[in-house]
Amino acid sequence: MAEPFLIGEAMTGGYGGADILHACTIAVEKGQIAVIVGPNGAGKSTAMKAVFGMLRLRAGHVKLAGEDITALSPQARVAKGMGFVPQTHNIFTSMTVEENLEMGAFIRTDDFSDTLAQVYDLFPILKQKRLQPAGELSGGQRQQVAVGRALMTRPKVLMLDEPTAGVSPIVMDELFDRIIEVARTGISILMVEQNARQALEIADKGYVLVQGANRFTDTGKALLADPEVRRSFLGG
Amino acid sequence: MDILNALVVFLNFVFVPGLAYGAQLALGALGVTLIYGILRFSNFAHGDTMALGTMVTILFTWWFQSMGISFGVLPTALLALPIGIAVTALFVLGTDRVVYRFYRKQKAAPVILVMVSLGVMFVMNGIVRLIIGVDDQNFVDGSRFVIAAGDFREMTGLAEGLAIKTTQVVTVVTALVVMGLLFWFLQKTRTGKSMRAFSDNEDLALLSGINPDRVVAVTWIIAAALATIAGVLYGLDKSFRPFVYFQLLLPIFAAAIVGGLGSPLGAIAGGFLIAFSEVMVTYAWKKVVTYLVPESMAPEGLLQLMGTDYKFAVSFAILILVLIFMPTGLFKGKSV
Repeated sequence: MAEPFLIGEAMTGGYGGADILHACTIAVEKGQIAVIVGPNGAGKSTAMKAVFGMLRLRAGHVKLAGEDITALSPQARVAKGMGFVPQTHNIFTSMTVEENLEMGAFIRTDDFSDTLAQVYDLFPILKQKRLQPAGELSGGQRQQVAVGRALMTRPKVLMLDEPTAGVSPIVMDELFDRIIEVARTGISILMVEQNARQALEIADKGYVLVQGANRFTDTGKALLADPEVRRSFLGG
Repeated sequence: MDILNALVVFLNFVFVPGLAYGAQLALGALGVTLIYGILRFSNFAHGDTMALGTMVTILFTWWFQSMGISFGVLPTALLALPIGIAVTALFVLGTDRVVYRFYRKQKAAPVILVMVSLGVMFVMNGIVRLIIGVDDQNFVDGSRFVIAAGDFREMTGLAEGLAIKTTQVVTVVTALVVMGLLFWFLQKTRTGKSMRAFSDNEDLALLSGINPDRVVAVTWIIAAALATIAGVLYGLDKSFRPFVYFQLLLPIFAAAIVGGLGSPLGAIAGGFLIAFSEVMVTYAWKKVVTYLVPESMAPEGLLQLMGTDYKFAVSFAILILVLIFMPTGLFKGKSV
């Protein structure tokens, strides 16, 4: 099998003290959705941050389209085509929706009005509220701004850290629909999710992490069907 | 009862001086609030940055005057102002490179940076005094009044005169132009927006590829320009004495905090609020009231709430009230 589009292979490391990740491997294929699930404190977000270069790895490496990017800073990875939506503080609250999107495109020197139009097509509510400060929007709308901001660089991979944290179930379903739409345009999605069941339903690939190591790795459907995964992590 | 004369006295002694002083404080507070919003510390050296910029401007003004260059009815200092701004900008960029950058790389806590700025303040303080001395320096020229009190009396036939000094008009007009430019820059330009983004959410700004070194440098340059302009306008309107500029730190910080630290609009509102409070509390209202009440009720005292020596107590009192009851200020800045 060819190497996946983005892979963090056998990553070991932490924030300085003890290791949080232990030879953890996360990968996503082109245009597919990969989801990281697991109990609290399993190192889900940490694994994602490691792939994005926000913590130093003691062992293992990260490859994007075959190129080793382990030594690159997060900013350099953005320039290489990775988009990242942090879990919290992921928008500029005092700036308008449109300014948020403009800032997302900051590293682009070309005309980005077509990308802006695409983001507005994907999230029509943002077009309606484009002159409103992003901090005044509802939780779900803020998440749309956050995802839109990350899409402005036209990334090849979009990484989402718990995109549905703190939004209502209805908004959650809508956000998942949008994420599927993004994946259909050929953008790979790597996502950490608290709502494991719903996330695995839309996942091409699922990673169940426990204590910073891979416990189960399979397609989303297979994991949902696996009795042990169901019993241990999905509440039966 | 003579409402018209009362109004003229009020305009002459309270409104016009308060407006000019407010514009000066607002420009100073804008610099403080920008530094706070983007570099995330209270810059105690701001008053002395004003003094330094003003000193450089004064030296060049004298040089221009000795060469016979003048600016007609306007003060020659306005011609020297760009040079003052440039020298001050280079100075603060140098300070940033030598001092602040070291602490920024270490991710020092804001309180450490405040102490560092205190050290910078003492150094700048010393430099200014070594070069120009501690005495009063007068550098105003050009025509003195736009409207002189005598002319006004003649024109209107009123008993009271209204004097508007050229420096007051220059102050208000310059302040308006500078504020307009600053807001245009922050709202409309790419660099300005990136500064606001950096102030709003530093991590996300870095993630979006905004270059922090550039944002910091531009912030220092703008702060230096604002400080120099505020200092020169204050010096033209009153006079230049290094110690007074050091003291201005209090009303300027009060203005920035009252408005809401990090909010440019707040800094302007705060500047005028502090200035008018100071002027109104320390003004002797006897004359105004005498015009307004029947003769039999004319007050005997001065009707002055506080002597002008205590004017800083006004900013201090407002500062404390705001910190207790409204810590984020009028315009929802960051809490201190």
